[in-house]
Amino acid sequence: MILTGNVWKYGDDVNTDVIFPGKYTYTVTDPAEQAKHALEDLDPTFARNVQRGDMIVGGKNWGNGSSREQAVGALKHAGITAIIAKSIARIYFRNSVNNGLLPIVCPDAVDAIENGETITLDLDAHQIYARAGVFDFPPLSPSLVHIIQAGGLIPMLRKKFGAENLPMPEVKSGD
Amino acid sequence: MSKTFANDKTFAEKALARASGNSSVVAGQIVDARPDVILSHDNTAAIWKIFRALGVARVKNPERLAITLDHAVPAPTTAHAQNHADVREFVDAMGITNFFEVGRGICHQVLSEEALILPGQTILGADSHTPHYGWLGAFGAGIGRSEVAALWATGELWLRVPESIKITVNGKLDDWVTSKDLCLKIIGDLGADGGLYYSVEFHGNAISQMSLESRMVIPNMMAEFGAKNAYLMPDDAVFDYLARRRTTDDGRRPTTESEIENQKSKIENDALFPDPDATYAAQYTFDASTLEPMIACPHTVDNVKPLSQVRGTKIQQAFLGTCTNGRLEDLAVAAEIVRGRKVAKGTRLLVIPASSQVLHDALRHGYIETLADAGAVIGVPGCGPCMGNHMGIPAPNEVTISTANRNFRGRMGTRDAEIYLASPAVVAASALAGVIADPRDLGKNY
Repeated sequence: MILTGNVWKYGDDVNTDVIFPGKYTYTVTDPAEQAKHALEDLDPTFARNVQRGDMIVGGKNWGNGSSREQAVGALKHAGITAIIAKSIARIYFRNSVNNGLLPIVCPDAVDAIENGETITLDLDAHQIYARAGVFDFPPLSPSLVHIIQAGGLIPMLRKKFGAENLPMPEVKSGD
Repeated sequence: MSKTFANDKTFAEKALARASGNSSVVAGQIVDARPDVILSHDNTAAIWKIFRALGVARVKNPERLAITLDHAVPAPTTAHAQNHADVREFVDAMGITNFFEVGRGICHQVLSEEALILPGQTILGADSHTPHYGWLGAFGAGIGRSEVAALWATGELWLRVPESIKITVNGKLDDWVTSKDLCLKIIGDLGADGGLYYSVEFHGNAISQMSLESRMVIPNMMAEFGAKNAYLMPDDAVFDYLARRRTTDDGRRPTTESEIENQKSKIENDALFPDPDATYAAQYTFDASTLEPMIACPHTVDNVKPLSQVRGTKIQQAFLGTCTNGRLEDLAVAAEIVRGRKVAKGTRLLVIPASSQVLHDALRHGYIETLADAGAVIGVPGCGPCMGNHMGIPAPNEVTISTANRNFRGRMGTRDAEIYLASPAVVAASALAGVIADPRDLGKNY
């Protein structure tokens, strides 16, 4: 899997409340609407300007706080394909895998990459190609790659249970 | 010569070995765990939508599910009310017996009071404060909604066995210094990611000297330390608490002392304790006797300062409640502080008991009357305004001092409000003063 996109760079300890505010958790359930509120308490320009395929570069402890899966879903629906951070909060990491959003831990790359630059991420070679150079990151375990490549935990289980042809009209990823 | 019985396991290694049906596991290993309890709350309806897309008709092991309505109760809007109605429909359709209605209280307090989870067991919940159950020696971890849907379908979920860190706390807390202050000290010193991904074990003689209610604060707050789970060593007080509350096999609470003793010995037998030679990624020591009241300042839980440095900060709202500090002893100390006094002009004091049991006990002890006489607003047991849903949302530019566990920007509804976190005593004293205040200045005994 090879991804290329522009970078939105943020700092340390970006928490789930600024990624997707708690006041919306039981009222904003439409994926497109969730995307409109992504990061609104941190960077109000993000939702208006984000492009499909963009990536986020964050500092340490990205996604700390609530278990709300919308904090992953809102970014995914906004078009983000990967989070590259110095460290990622554990529930956020799991939610990312389970929603097919790549969680990459690579502190050196975070220090070197600048806001707005275009980078390429090669999952198989576990490398990031940036203006400042090439950065290696530890490979994700095969079982996690399997979930991500299936599109997430739910698509993987639908396959397992032979439910791939069931309609998903009411399912909103990250709801 | 190899040891027949390795004596080097952490609590997390022992708990996840049991949960995955393995004789032994080590940190770093990925296991398929079968949790004893699967927790969800107002988010149950959203999880049901995901579950339906799996093509599985029935929940596997419905007796393992525990569901509370607590995050927005009573329903503040039609949309919230419909969400609750959807949850009730699920509960009826799947025959869920451990369902707790609007007003019963916050999930972590209710499941503790109902003794639904026991020492050595594993609970996974769609709530980030599920490490809470470490107070009684259980393995508790928060997970996402998709993962809960997967658990309903399969009964199991992959977990990586976490490395552990050991925090030793010795000495006795001073008057007016609480387990909340200890947690803020730890998080302030080591950072909001200081326990990231770890199982955090508490050792030392300070913990066993604390009341059970004070102990409950600690693993709850460790979610703000990045921990996967946290663990306190269960002792006789824990076993007794659970034995009196745990429903017997014939569906009732034990009544005779012999029934209680019988339950107690069963519970004690299943408790897990770390080995003396367990491996820790890091070890820290804190001296409880030297601690002072601590405050987490806006907008992160690790922005911690001693109370003395933020005294005098103007507030508009004081909030006493939540799964962290909404229990009987919290209401008791607040009532003691406000007795015969009034909340400062221009300040609101909001009191929300963590459960109906806490409300009932606080009524019986007269705490509610005392608090109301002082001008407090008493809310319905539940999460209240903690995550910005309703019942006490601050206006922009207002300042709240709260007993909750989180002060993130926007947490209580608007990004332009500030939230300070403190112990119940400091919150009550601040409500009287209209500024962040030290309860020791009121000249009252603890």
